[in-house]
Amino acid sequence: MTVSAKTGGKVVVFGDSVNTDVIIPGRYLVSIDPAELAEHAFEPLGEEVQRKVRAARVVVAGRNFGCGSAREQAATALTGAGIRAVVAASFARVFFRNAINTGLIAVECPAAVPALRDGDEAWVDIDTGTVTTPAGEHRFPPYPEALREILADGGLIPHLMRSYR
Amino acid sequence: MKTFAQKAIERASGVDGVVPGQIVDVYPDLYMSHTASWRCIRTLEKMGVTELYAPDRIAMVMDHIAPAMTAKNAADHKLCREFAQRMGIRHFWDVNAGIAHIVLMENGLIRPGQFVIGTDSHSTIYGALGAFGTGVGFSEITAAWVTGKLWAKVPESVRIEISGTLPPGTYAKDVMLRLIGDLGADGLTYCSAEFAGSYTEAIGVSERMTFCNLAMEMGAKNAYVQPDPVTLRYLDDVGVSRSSYEVLVPDEGAVYRDVIAVDGSALAPQVSVPHAVDNVVPVDDVAGTRLDQVFIGSCANAKYDDLQIAARVLAGHRVAPGVRLIVTPASAQVMSRASASGVLGTLIEAGAMITNPGCGACAGNGGVMADGERTLSTANRNFRGRMGSYESEIFLGSPATAAASAIRGVITNPAELMTGVPA
Repeated sequence: MTVSAKTGGKVVVFGDSVNTDVIIPGRYLVSIDPAELAEHAFEPLGEEVQRKVRAARVVVAGRNFGCGSAREQAATALTGAGIRAVVAASFARVFFRNAINTGLIAVECPAAVPALRDGDEAWVDIDTGTVTTPAGEHRFPPYPEALREILADGGLIPHLMRSYR
Repeated sequence: MKTFAQKAIERASGVDGVVPGQIVDVYPDLYMSHTASWRCIRTLEKMGVTELYAPDRIAMVMDHIAPAMTAKNAADHKLCREFAQRMGIRHFWDVNAGIAHIVLMENGLIRPGQFVIGTDSHSTIYGALGAFGTGVGFSEITAAWVTGKLWAKVPESVRIEISGTLPPGTYAKDVMLRLIGDLGADGLTYCSAEFAGSYTEAIGVSERMTFCNLAMEMGAKNAYVQPDPVTLRYLDDVGVSRSSYEVLVPDEGAVYRDVIAVDGSALAPQVSVPHAVDNVVPVDDVAGTRLDQVFIGSCANAKYDDLQIAARVLAGHRVAPGVRLIVTPASAQVMSRASASGVLGTLIEAGAMITNPGCGACAGNGGVMADGERTLSTANRNFRGRMGSYESEIFLGSPATAAASAIRGVITNPAELMTGVPA
């Protein structure tokens, strides 16, 4: 599976410092299956939040999204729940790496965040470096080439498999 | 003029003159994977790759769920054990060894100047021995097994100078909790955190581990304490020959994003309150809060010195009725030493239950909480639901605060119980 440069849809909005224990609790790390993980994504925050996540295609968040553990399943759980991109004011570094490495678009675009509400639509274009929201277009710096290549192949492992063939 | 991070990345990448923000490929000296190793093995199988870049750079420690709690865990452990055997991975530690970070340091695998990646965010701890340690996901460890490399962005550096003598009852953990509270959970995101100052120079490797471990809770990419005679003695003691590593130190005049001064003598015991590590208050602000459980464990604070401090506070006392005190030594070596010195005996006499070494309750395995329950823990995270019910609460503090709180059954400033207790 490759990742298309432009993706988006309905958003679900979170605040600052959403941690990986909340995204996917440690007790579920016995799995690496996206669908199985997705069932428990955001479980600590309750069913209403989980429903909103499943209806969304884009997670919008404040600062430091994905802080805490290095669990790669935090990104996989989001992908499994149908999330195609995360737009945040900033990311915790391991989550950012894990997102790129599992083919989940993660862009830092602080300007786009305040305008968005649950249920709005947002589109992310990593080629042009643009987040489009009902309030207009917001720019973010494009990915370095190395990361763009990984994303284009759908993540680190598919990228490696491609270069090994 | 280069920082430690610049020098470590130059060494690991072979690229000269790297600058913050630059992305280069680095070849780590060591790839640590804990219980997550099974995910790496499954990924490798999926890739159909059978040749590894450097089996001697792979280190596996079965720490997060140990011993197995379910048949699935047992199968995961078995997979790792058999893989290690088959692939000739010498650095394999089974479920009896303890927490990966501590085990690797005690066994001389972590050396100054090295670049180390691990499937654990607290891999920043390796900075306590002057190594560049950083956390990654399991796909990246798998990729390193195959290619030997990964991309790394050169971080900016922040220097934290801690001076003075800490007041009685105040420890390295309290210094860090205060810093985390002041700088915030993203205060050092993507930065290399260099710890210096007269207090840092005066403390042992154990407390430096607490510093470097907790730097992660401010988002740091790695942490660092400049190797000195204390470091070299530790390395000598664990059998690392001085010719087997190269100490990297920052240049005079290296550029820092910030230099932060901390006056240790002005500090007091601190506590993180639910549900974020950077919700930090002086212990006195929440003193009297009723507890159901106290946990002394984790890679932050279950080393020998931590258990010893707890034992000194608990000696001659009993754990309050209705409170469960769980002590999980960081490693088998820590447990053995605590057993020989009488520290374990003191803890058991006081009513503590001692579990096998490993991550234990910090990773939510053994010692979980029911709805409405509260734990004071010496670990590094208090996120909602991390230790059981989503309706339970975790407070974080030092081993001394944990011991004093276990005696009273409520959150307690350890200084109140430490008259006559040796520092």
